[in-house]
Amino acid sequence: MIPAAFEYYRPKDLSGVISILEEHGDDARVIAGGHSLIPMMKLRMADVPHLIDLQDIPGMSGITVTDDAITIGAMTTQHDIIDHDGLAAVAPILREAALQIADPQVRYMGTVGGNVANGDPGNDMPGLMQCLNATFTLVGPDGERTVAARDFYEAAYMTAREDEEILTAVTIPTPKGGYAYEKQKRKIGDYATAAAAVQITKDGDTCTAASIAMTNLSDTPIWSQDAAAALVGTSLDAASLKAAVDAMLADIDPSEDNRGPVAFKRHVAGVILTRAIERAWSRA
Amino acid sequence: MKDEITSRDDRVANLKGMGCSRKRVEDARFTQGKGNYVDDIKLDGMLFGDFVRSPYAHARIKSINTEAALKVPGVLAVLTAEDLAPLGLHWMPTLAGDKQMVLADGKVLFQGQEVAFVVAEDRYAAADGIEAVEVDYEELTVIVDPFKSLQSDVVLREDTVDENGKATDGAHGPRKHPNHIFTWEVGEKEATEQVIDEADVVATETMYYHRTHPCPLETCGSVASMDKVNGKLTLWGTFQAPHAIRTIVSLISGLEEHNIRVISPDIGGGFGNKVGAYPGYVCSVVASIVTGRPVKWIEDRMDNLMTTAFARDYWMTGKISATKEGKITGLHCNVTADHGGFDACADPTKFPAGFMNICTGSYDIPTAYLAVDGVYTNKAPGGVSYRCSFRVTEAVYFIERMIEVLAIELNMDAAELRRINFIKKDQFPYQSALGWEYDSGDYHTAWDKALKAVDYDGLRAEQAERVEAFKRGETRKIMGIGLSFFTEIVGAGPVKNCDILGLGMFDSCEIRIHPTGSAIARLGTISQGQGHATTFAQILASEIGLPADSITVEEGDTDTAPYGLGTYGSRSTPVAGAATAMAGRKIRAKAQMIAAYLLEVHDDDVEFDVDRFVVKGAPERFKTMKEIAFAAYNQAIPGIEPGLEAVSYYDPPNMTYPFGAYVCVMDIDVDTGVTDIRRFYALDDCGTRINPMIIEGQVHGGLTEALAVALGQEIAYDDQGNVKTGTLMDFFLPTAWEVPNYETDHTVTPSPHHPIGAKGVGESPHVGGVPCFSNAVQDAFRPFGLRHTNMPHDHWRIWKTANDLGLHG
Amino acid sequence: MSKKMHISLTVNGKQEEFLAEPRELLIYTLRERLNITGPHIGCETSHCGACTVTIDGKSVKACTMFVAQADGADVTTIEGLGNPDSLHPLQEAFKEHHGLQCGYCTPGMITRAAKLLEENPNPTEDEIRFGMAGNLCRCTGYQNIVKSIRAAATEMNAAKEAAE
Repeated sequence: MIPAAFEYYRPKDLSGVISILEEHGDDARVIAGGHSLIPMMKLRMADVPHLIDLQDIPGMSGITVTDDAITIGAMTTQHDIIDHDGLAAVAPILREAALQIADPQVRYMGTVGGNVANGDPGNDMPGLMQCLNATFTLVGPDGERTVAARDFYEAAYMTAREDEEILTAVTIPTPKGGYAYEKQKRKIGDYATAAAAVQITKDGDTCTAASIAMTNLSDTPIWSQDAAAALVGTSLDAASLKAAVDAMLADIDPSEDNRGPVAFKRHVAGVILTRAIERAWSRA
Repeated sequence: MKDEITSRDDRVANLKGMGCSRKRVEDARFTQGKGNYVDDIKLDGMLFGDFVRSPYAHARIKSINTEAALKVPGVLAVLTAEDLAPLGLHWMPTLAGDKQMVLADGKVLFQGQEVAFVVAEDRYAAADGIEAVEVDYEELTVIVDPFKSLQSDVVLREDTVDENGKATDGAHGPRKHPNHIFTWEVGEKEATEQVIDEADVVATETMYYHRTHPCPLETCGSVASMDKVNGKLTLWGTFQAPHAIRTIVSLISGLEEHNIRVISPDIGGGFGNKVGAYPGYVCSVVASIVTGRPVKWIEDRMDNLMTTAFARDYWMTGKISATKEGKITGLHCNVTADHGGFDACADPTKFPAGFMNICTGSYDIPTAYLAVDGVYTNKAPGGVSYRCSFRVTEAVYFIERMIEVLAIELNMDAAELRRINFIKKDQFPYQSALGWEYDSGDYHTAWDKALKAVDYDGLRAEQAERVEAFKRGETRKIMGIGLSFFTEIVGAGPVKNCDILGLGMFDSCEIRIHPTGSAIARLGTISQGQGHATTFAQILASEIGLPADSITVEEGDTDTAPYGLGTYGSRSTPVAGAATAMAGRKIRAKAQMIAAYLLEVHDDDVEFDVDRFVVKGAPERFKTMKEIAFAAYNQAIPGIEPGLEAVSYYDPPNMTYPFGAYVCVMDIDVDTGVTDIRRFYALDDCGTRINPMIIEGQVHGGLTEALAVALGQEIAYDDQGNVKTGTLMDFFLPTAWEVPNYETDHTVTPSPHHPIGAKGVGESPHVGGVPCFSNAVQDAFRPFGLRHTNMPHDHWRIWKTANDLGLHG
Repeated sequence: MSKKMHISLTVNGKQEEFLAEPRELLIYTLRERLNITGPHIGCETSHCGACTVTIDGKSVKACTMFVAQADGADVTTIEGLGNPDSLHPLQEAFKEHHGLQCGYCTPGMITRAAKLLEENPNPTEDEIRFGMAGNLCRCTGYQNIVKSIRAAATEMNAAKEAAE
C-alpha cells in the first residue's frame, strides 16, 4: 500500500520535463492523473525514483473543435470529455466511450494522455483512437513529431514513444457517420472483457466506409482493417456481419484471465462487435 | 410530576420501543465522519507494525536476515518466530481446537503467511523495512486440492505426525491421514443408506460451494498498548467477540484477565471475518510489551483477502430419496471441507463443521445422515461463517439445490415439491433427523404468500413461452425463476452444548437506571453495523417503560461490559436480546415493589402499563417509571436496596429458527453470460420484529452479499497456490449499478422460548439469498437439460453452461 | 525516505502547511497528519471509494494522490460538509432513510453524493446508481443509499425554490 520513496518535480514547462527525462532516463516517469501509475507504485510493481508531475504545464489541457479536426490536450480528463457538449456534437463516440471507463472519481482524474500513452492493453482510449485514426503529438529533446495511433502500440506497455518524449496532444479527424462503443465488463470499474469501437458510414443501404478496433483482446489494441473491409459495399446482411466477425477473430489474440478462458473471450468479442456494428449502423 | 402525554397510544409512541422504525442513534457520528474505528486511534509514541509475508504457498524457511531492515530509518525491531518461541507465542490456539503459527515456524503453508513482523515509527518506514528483510525460501510441493491432499505423500503439518511418520490424533478424534483434520458424523448411516437403497426415486448430485471471503469494508487491525507502570494491557481491535479475545490473550500471554482491557470500538463491518484471532493481534501485543510503546497493526486489503479467515470451500455430495409422489424419505450428505493450512474455523467446540446438520432444511425428512471430513491444504486458514450461522450457508445451499435436483428427477415443479415436504405448522417444535429442535414455523403460509406476491404461475407461463421463443430463434435471453425456502439456526447457544474454547455461549445485559429517569445498558455483544445501540434500547424501552431516547446502550469494552460471546451467527437478538429483556424484567419487578410502596398498596395491586405502574381498578393512581427511578435513590424502603439496576446472563434453552421464502426472476443472455435480475422478492420471518427499518436494511445488505457470492465473488487459487483474486479488481464486490431493488415482506411466527419471541434476522437474507440467485441461473437452463452447475455464476461460467448445452448453435 | 517538501493546502476551509515526503498519500496526510479521520481506507487498488474527498471541485479518491500533487489544492472532506448545529441535507437524509449501517463507507459516500448533486441536482435512480458507482458498500445493498440521496435532492431543490 505504501510506495517507495521518490524525487518529485513539478516543472513549469515542457523543456523542464524533458530535461529531467533526459537526465534520468527510464528512472523518470511523468504523472498525469496518476490513476494508472499510483496504484502500481503502491503495490511496488512500478519503481519510479523520479516522478514528474505535469499538472502545471500550460497548453496540455483543453479541447479544440474545428471543422475538420478535434485536438485534445493530453491532460484533458475523462470528465472533461464527457462534459464537453461541442465535442459530443461532432464526435459522440468519445463521450459514449468515456462514460464506460472506470467510475466517477477516476474519471475526474484520469486523463486522455494517460489512457493512451502507457500501453496498458486494458485501457479503452487506445482502441478508440485507432478506430478514429487519431494521431498523437510527441514532444522530446529533438522537438515535436506525430505518430498515428494505428502505429503507436508495439506490445503490452511498449509504445513508439521514446523514454524522453511526452505525449502532449491527441488529434482526431472529425469522424463521420454512425458510431458505437460497446463494452462488456464484469462491473463498473472493470476493464473490458471485450470492447469494440465502430465508426461506419452509409449511402442509402450500402456501407461506404467502416473502422473497427477491439480492446483488451490482445497485448495491444487491434484495429482490424479486414473486419471493416468485410462490411464495405454490403448492406450489413448476416453474411457480411459474420465475415466481419471472423476477420476480427483472426486478428485478436486474447489471453485467459479471471474474466474467462480464451474461447469465451472470442465468443464475446464477436457478440460485442456485432452489437457495436448494428448500433453504429442505426445511427449512420 | 404531571405527565403531559396522556393518550396511551401517545405514551407507547413516545417510548420508541419494540416494533417502531426508530431512527438510529449511531448515525449522528457516522454521517459526520466522527466514528471511532481502530485505525482512527492515535496514542502518544505509537508505533506501526506490519508483516513480511510469504510469496509461496508451501515452502521451508532456510533463513531470515533482518540486518538490512533494521538499518532502515525508523525501523525499531523485526520479530520472527525465534523471538516469539521463548514466550510460547510463535503458535496460538485456534477457535477450532487446532493451533496456528503466529509467525512462520520453519515453514509456510499458504501464500501471504506471516513470516516476520517489522515494527517502525510509522507505516512508511515499516513498508520500507519489509522490503529490506531477506528471506530464503525452499519451495515445496503445493497441494490445493483437498481430495489429493488426502492421498498425498506430502505432509503439510509436521505436528500431525509422530516421529514414525504416523498420523496423530486431532482435536476431534483420530486422523485418517496426516492431512486429515476430523471426521464428524451425525444421524443414522445404515438406516439412511437403506432408505435410499429401497426408494422409488433417488437424486444424487455433487456440488462445490466455492471459497469466498467476508471482505468487510474495514480490514482487520489492532492497537496494543502495554502500560508497564501499571502492568496493564489495553488492546483495541476489530473484534466481534472482545471478551473471548481477552480470555484468549490472557491464556496465551500469562497476563491475568483483570490486567487486560479489550476494546472493540466502531467496527466497519464484520460478517464473521473479525471473530477469530489473527497473528497481527498477537504481534502488536508482543511488540508493545517489547518496545514499551503502543503498536498499531492495520492490514491491507490484499492481506485481508489472502490470509484472513475465508468462508465456505465445501465439496458436498448429496443423495435424496423420495416416493414417486415426491415425499422425501431420506437424505445423505457427504462433505469434504477444505480448511487451508490451519483449522481456524470459528465454531462451537463440539461442532467442527458448525451446524451443517441443519441440512435437512425446511423439510420433514425422517431419516438422514451427514459426514464431514476436514482437510488441510496450502491455502489460507479458516473457515468462518460469512454472514451466516455456523456453516449454515453451506447446509441451506445444499438442501435447496438437492430439492431442485430432486424436482428434475421427479419431473415436478420445484415450488410444489417444496410445499408437499415442508414441516407442517403443527409439527413444531420439530425434532429433525439430524438432532435439532426447530422452535416454531409456519412455512406453508409464508410460501403461499410469496408465490402469490410474485404471481408464480404467471411467471412459469411466461418462462414456458420464453423457452419456445428461444428455440424459435427469436431471442437469445432465457429466463430463470429462482426459489429458496430456508430455515436458519441462529442464536448460539445453550451452554450445555455450545461453547467456544470452553466459554459457554450465553450472553448478557446489565442495566443501571439513573435518578432522573434515563439509563445505561451494557451488553456482551458488539455491533458492526447492526444498530444495537438503537434496537436494544427499543427492547428495554418496551420492557421498562423509559423512552429509548433516554437509554444509552454500550458494548465492546471488557472493563465495563458484562461477559458475552460477541456478535456473529445472528446471535445478538436471540441471546443478548433475551438477556436484555430479562434484565429489563428484573428492573420492572423491583420497580413494581417501589411503586407499590409509593402508592401504599400491596405489590400485587399494581400493574405495569406502558411507562408506569397503575393501581388495579384505580387508573388515576399511578407512578411513572421516571418517578420510580428517582424514588429508588431517594426513598428508604424497608426490605429494598437503594438504586435500580439489574443484570442478566442468559443461557438460551435452544437456538432460534428464522425462516424465509425468496423468489428471484432473472434474464440471462446466453451469448455473453450477462445476468439481469428483473425482480427479487424476499419474505422473512424473524419472529417478533424489533425495528422494521433496520430489518429491511439487513435484508438488503444480506441479499447483496448473496448476489455477490452467487454471481462471481470467489477466492480462487492456481495450482501453485497463488491467489488469483487478491484485490478488488477481481474479487467481486458489486457497485450500486449491479444491484437491483429488493421487495421485502414478512410473516411473524414468534419463537416460543424467547422472552420477546424474536429470532434474529441479520444473516437470513444471505443464507437464503445465495441459493435463490443460484437457483435462478440453474432454473433458466433446466428446460435445456441442466441439472446442476457450480457457482459462482459469473459471465464466463454461464457462457460455458450454455455452450455445453449446445445453445451456441 | 526522500527529502521532504513544503506543502501548503486548504482543508475544510483551513490553511495547512507542513513538510512531508512527496510519496505521502493524501489519505494519510488527512488521517494521520491532520487528524481528519472521516475519510477511510478500504483497499489499496483505488476501487472502494471509502477515501473519497472533494479537491478543487472534483470527486477524488484521496488514496490515489500524493500529497505533493495536492500542494496548493482546496480539499473538502465529510467534516467540511455541515456541522452538528446545521447538518447537510444529505446527512439528515441518510439518517432518515437508513442509508448507513457500519458507517465505514459513509463519509466517502456522502462526500461523493454532495458532488453528484452539484453535477446533477435532480438525478433519476439510474443516474444516482451510476454516479455513485465509485463507492462500495458492504452493509446496505445500496437501496437505502439511493433513497437517501434522492430524498436529499428533493429537499435541496425545494429549499432552493423557496429561496428564489
